[in-house]
Amino acid sequence: MKSTSWVIAGLTSVLLAGTAGAATLDDVRAKGELTCIVNTGLAGFAAPNDQGVWSGFDIDYCRAVAAAVLGDSGKVGFVPATTAERFTKLRAGEGEILSRNTTWTFSRDVDLQQTFVGVNYYDGQGFMVPASLGVTSATQLDGASVCIQTGTTTELNLAEYFSLNKMKYEPVPIATNAEAQSNYLAGRCDVYTTDASGLAATKAAFDNPNEHVVLPEVVSKEPLGPVVRHGDDQWADIASWTLKAMMVAEELGITSQNAEKMKNSENPEIRRLLGVDELQGVSALGLSPDWAYNIITQVGNYGESFERHLGKSTKLGLSRGINALAKDGGLHYVPPVK
Amino acid sequence: MSYLNSMWRNEQSRGVLIQVFVLTGFFALFSWLIGNVISNFTSLNKGFGFDFLFLPAGYDINQTLIEYTNRSTHLRAAIVGLLNTFLVAAVGVALATLLGFVLGVARLSRNWLISKLAYIYIEFTRNVPVLLHILLWHGIIVNTMPHPRQALTIGEVLFLTNRGLYVPKPIAETGIGLVWLGVVAALFFSVGLARYSRARQRQSGLQWPVFRINLVIWILLPTLAFFLAGQPVSLNLPVLKGFNFRGGIQLPPEFVALTFALAIYTAAFIGEIVRAGIVAVDKGQREAAEAIGLKPGQVMNEVILPQARRIIIPPLTSQYLNLTKNSSLAIAIGYMDIVATLGGITLNQTGREMEAMLMVMGIYLIISLLISALMNWYNSRVRLVGR
Amino acid sequence: MAPQRSQSARGYVAKVSLPALPPPIGTSGLIGWLRQNLFYNLTNSLMTIFTVVLLWLLVSSASGWFVIDAVMQAGSKQECLKIDSGACWAVIGKRIEQFMFGFYPEAERWRPLVCFLLLFVAIGPLLLPSFPARRQMLWFSAIYPVLTGVLLLGGAFGLPPVKTALFGGFMLTLIVGVTGIAASLPLGILLALGRQSKLLAVRTLSVMFIEFMRGVPLITLLFVASTMLNYFLPPGTHFDLLLRVLIMVTFFSAAYIAEVIRGGLQAIPAGQYEAAQSIGLNYWQTTRLVTLPQALKISIPGIVNTFIGLYKDTTLVIVIGLLDPLGIGRAALADANWNGLSNEIYLFVALFFFVSCFAMSRYSLWLEKRLATEHR
Repeated sequence: MKSTSWVIAGLTSVLLAGTAGAATLDDVRAKGELTCIVNTGLAGFAAPNDQGVWSGFDIDYCRAVAAAVLGDSGKVGFVPATTAERFTKLRAGEGEILSRNTTWTFSRDVDLQQTFVGVNYYDGQGFMVPASLGVTSATQLDGASVCIQTGTTTELNLAEYFSLNKMKYEPVPIATNAEAQSNYLAGRCDVYTTDASGLAATKAAFDNPNEHVVLPEVVSKEPLGPVVRHGDDQWADIASWTLKAMMVAEELGITSQNAEKMKNSENPEIRRLLGVDELQGVSALGLSPDWAYNIITQVGNYGESFERHLGKSTKLGLSRGINALAKDGGLHYVPPVK
Repeated sequence: MSYLNSMWRNEQSRGVLIQVFVLTGFFALFSWLIGNVISNFTSLNKGFGFDFLFLPAGYDINQTLIEYTNRSTHLRAAIVGLLNTFLVAAVGVALATLLGFVLGVARLSRNWLISKLAYIYIEFTRNVPVLLHILLWHGIIVNTMPHPRQALTIGEVLFLTNRGLYVPKPIAETGIGLVWLGVVAALFFSVGLARYSRARQRQSGLQWPVFRINLVIWILLPTLAFFLAGQPVSLNLPVLKGFNFRGGIQLPPEFVALTFALAIYTAAFIGEIVRAGIVAVDKGQREAAEAIGLKPGQVMNEVILPQARRIIIPPLTSQYLNLTKNSSLAIAIGYMDIVATLGGITLNQTGREMEAMLMVMGIYLIISLLISALMNWYNSRVRLVGR
Repeated sequence: MAPQRSQSARGYVAKVSLPALPPPIGTSGLIGWLRQNLFYNLTNSLMTIFTVVLLWLLVSSASGWFVIDAVMQAGSKQECLKIDSGACWAVIGKRIEQFMFGFYPEAERWRPLVCFLLLFVAIGPLLLPSFPARRQMLWFSAIYPVLTGVLLLGGAFGLPPVKTALFGGFMLTLIVGVTGIAASLPLGILLALGRQSKLLAVRTLSVMFIEFMRGVPLITLLFVASTMLNYFLPPGTHFDLLLRVLIMVTFFSAAYIAEVIRGGLQAIPAGQYEAAQSIGLNYWQTTRLVTLPQALKISIPGIVNTFIGLYKDTTLVIVIGLLDPLGIGRAALADANWNGLSNEIYLFVALFFFVSCFAMSRYSLWLEKRLATEHR
């Protein structure tokens, strides 16, 4: 009996092996909706408002992909996931894109189950402490209780940083940012550690943000970016170039306001991006010529999205810093649209 | 066709036919499922194996009963988690039993107020989901207990904070062997005394206050040895240093909240079981025992409880089992049990959900099968032999 | 009335019985009651006094936070604190609709409400023997699941479709609980019969299934439903998370129901089986006409208890990201306006579960008593 079942199993696997890597693009088009796996709630990056409408920096990217693929940035559904669940949810096919401030690392990328398609935010892990503790440097944190989100790279960084500096700590593992926040505020832990952007977002939501300080140390490189399932190069290209298109648009000075006017521009790169002149390979990718135009008019360019959710005018008040375009001294250097 | 027909009409061969049919169906379903897993795994280029268990875990755990650092393997992290599960289960079971018996007896108390209070407690507790109990307790401890710098203290030895309860840690020094010897001697003495007094009672009908004598011996012998050996135990007191207390034993709020919540929840069920067990003992038994002049304590211990035990034990074991399974809710407050280590962080860092979940489920299955096997054995031992 | 004595000297036998004297003051009325129930000896008197003092301390300290200093209406926690120092129940008031319906679209909320009301019509005839027109109404019970499905999901009869991801709050609790029990009953009956079967293969498979489901924590099964179930299905199959959860919950409670029904089957006297066999009924006839109806009847309290257990366990779906009342509560906690009000929110959810579970357990007790008299 047992051998029979293995034979059947083997046969099934041979028969079905051919269907591997089915086109995600077709699935999305058939559904008429993109599904995005996002944070359960992180101010500025992804959070539902009182009416249950999602918005944020990571959400904008999802809307941009929907605009590129379906022509409508509204045709996107969101699946909130904890840090621990995010990859399993992506692998299990609960969404086509994971846009959830996820750090690009070697092992996550080569894992053969998922592929990173770019960096939408250069981040690094920091520490936040109550100002009343009088701590000025992370090296003074010996013996502290540290709140941390489980299933993240921060968990491993923390372990490495403290053992490198020969310090002890009590890890307090927590599943979501909201719980970490309430435990930190209740004094269950002295320190909250997560990506610097996340710290800014969390701090912004406090009653008295001034009573907390973010320490100067940044103990890790955290390039955050969207992730897709491995094995569908077409979909990965779409995901990757959606992000790049937003950045190129900023580079070329195209905004959601002037995109229509820009169609008459003399600049050949602008004309190609907006679909006025033909851009080689767009149709092979399965997109319509106005894909980037849709992204820019419906969502905006990279800078617009940044300022809308994270920038100086928001509660988070983050400066562009290394997240500026390369021409402005930042790290975002985008291949040309040719 | 007629051959098949006659086979179907014969009870024995029909049984065989049905079983063959059922088994074929089962294995077809099983192989279909496995086949799907294999094809899904191949299309994802996912492997299957347990070698990830021997890779360094890389994360720290706040409560470890055995030596563990972030350089240890995932397997060791899993064992740390499993031990934490056992710890919560063991302490929880002990507390729940104690509280449950008190509740069960209180429910039957002649004192109206006490029996009503026990009733209200039981109804309130068992009609609220256990997850809520856990979250509530954790919230109360974290939100209302003081920060370590304003710790509540009993004699500068015990400290109560929102980082948990700190108690002194006894450390054995040379000469501890003598104390252990005292304990062993007390053990031998009490067993011997119990046997002798039972034999004596059978012969002469006279009783000794065995329990009281033993209690004295249990206290006296180890204490004597302790002082003879020159007090070979030193206490490592918790001291506030920097952010937290150092030294001593820390019982983190997650552990305390989980244990308390599980114990309090389960105790409500145990209370009802105990009450039902006592009530189920025939009234005549109590009356007969009283009639031959046994004291109330004797009536309870010698007559009622031995009979009630037969009724109480099976549902009691299943409550213990429930408590152990409910301890998996630890993940909701960040207590590092087996689900949080192997089924949580390890699963996440390695991406081996199939293997990790299989192991977690297997472990729980083994625990519960062992306990039910134990219970079945006990049941067959105490079963009334039909006359 | 003075007793009348016979005038003749035949004896002192009274013709009329004397009226009873009032009992001594210490054994009746309020004092008597107190004495018998609270102060019948020294230890008990002390215990009573101790408990009363303890209760008083508890009530007086808690009532401040719960009621006296509590704030009923405010826009945020900060506003609450400005008004008074007690509990900030305002968060419940502001989010009550989310607690009820989750993110179900506001215009469509009459649909779950109708379903909820019809639920009583559907389970009434099953649970109350004196329900009017019981036999006819059972037909309604049979079509109720389909009706609810259509109403809640929409997409037919001009109802706009609603995605299950928007389901939440107490509505979700009821959906998971009721579907779980309703769907697990038939499966549980089959498993119970399988476990009692004479056929080795059938019995072994039933025992394996039951022991597996009862041996692992529900939380691991839910995790399997949320992340691993897709691996067991042909590549490319995706189906709704809620549906996956419902399937797992059904399997889980079927194992428990099976054990309850097995208890019922075992309680039926052997004479019933023997009598059925002697009049020539085969296995299925015996089961359907003789043993199962009796077994089901005595298992009803057990089934209700299983349901209460399952109903409470639905809170675990929060672990896989479904928004049950607890999940909604946590979402409120993530809101900067309501940060840190966990006690209020957890207590409110606890109260909800207490009220509904207590009512159900009362029903189960009532039923148990009724059935007990019927069997006498």
